[in-house]
Amino acid sequence: MTTTAPLLQRLAALSAPAVPGAAPEVLSDRPDGTVVRGGSTVAKAHAPDCDPHDLAARLRIAAHPLLHGTLLPPLPATAPDGFLTLTDDGRALTRWPYGTPVSPDDPDAAPWEDAARLLARLHAVDVTQLPGPVPPMRGPAKSARALARMRTALAAGTRPSPLTAAAGAVVRAGEFLPPWARGAAPPPRTDLLCHGDLHLGQLIRHPAPDGPWLLIDIDDLGLGDGAWDLARPAAWFATGLLAPDLWSRFLAAYRTTGGRAVRPEGDPWPDLEIPARALTVQTAALAVAKAAAASRALDGTETAVVDACARMTSL
Amino acid sequence: MQCPKCHAPMQTYNRSGVQIEQCAGCRGIFLDYGELESLSRLESQWLQQAPPPPPAPQAYPAAPAWGAPHQGHHGHHGHHGHHHRSFGHMLFSS
Repeated sequence: MTTTAPLLQRLAALSAPAVPGAAPEVLSDRPDGTVVRGGSTVAKAHAPDCDPHDLAARLRIAAHPLLHGTLLPPLPATAPDGFLTLTDDGRALTRWPYGTPVSPDDPDAAPWEDAARLLARLHAVDVTQLPGPVPPMRGPAKSARALARMRTALAAGTRPSPLTAAAGAVVRAGEFLPPWARGAAPPPRTDLLCHGDLHLGQLIRHPAPDGPWLLIDIDDLGLGDGAWDLARPAAWFATGLLAPDLWSRFLAAYRTTGGRAVRPEGDPWPDLEIPARALTVQTAALAVAKAAAASRALDGTETAVVDACARMTSL
Repeated sequence: MQCPKCHAPMQTYNRSGVQIEQCAGCRGIFLDYGELESLSRLESQWLQQAPPPPPAPQAYPAAPAWGAPHQGHHGHHGHHGHHHRSFGHMLFSS
């Protein structure tokens, strides 16, 4: 638990104002967001450093008819078109319909193709028709943040850590990235509306339990290089964690739906290379940071990701 | 032993446990009682053990130079980490 009781009460009231006495359920409670469910509604407290103006712009996009069937639309929090409310200390709160998440038990059965088709549809949106200004996609900024978090976690240790060598490989792979992929320069492409943080926790079925799949979590939504949204599955495949046939099915579904972030046929890696390296670096940095905080060694999966970082600079 | 046909000497060979006499002159082969059946049985066993025709090669998807080394064209081995708890976690987090 990272959230204070008053905030949880506020979220509970926001998620289920019509059902007094019903016990709210905390779905997620992390430093970058807390989600509480009350019946068919959830309420989210966004990250403390979330910019309310950018979030309001992202909420208007999620509620726009062009995103119908692609992004879960928010519920009014204050007024019919007021999707955002602030706590006394400035924390942004939003309301959403509840949807059924992907089962965490069987990644093979996850809706990889649905995810790819939703991304292709998102990337096909005519961004000139959106309520603007559309903020930038935040993926590269989060890669930089992950590297900073790893440095802080290792610096907190009092003596040299067995993780120092792993951290060095991750830092070098990060420095090997072009500045835009570390959020230090504008991206070369800003023509596509991107999700910015795709993983299997970003898909739900709405209406629950068996409605169509939709993308959720718009905190990083914005203009950028759409390949960023394909890059996490691409990185999992490249590091040997995701089975090649799942990656092939994901990519084929994206291309069949007209996805514009990679060339329509042939080797997609010229388009994926930089974002997939950036997300591998990000994943490895967070793995090293967590292992350092817990004073433990890297496990097999985490080692595979760090090894990929080492190969990026040794070629 | 002499060949019953041309009377040249016969040489004894052992093939897969079956004794075969072959004539050094006319190259004729002499089988004892039951040896033809033994050879037929060995032949059918060999046919059953023959490997099935190789499957059509499955294209391995293109991968970057820094990717993990993959294991040939049969895709599904490697260390695809479904058995690692942390990969399950990785799939669902930023």
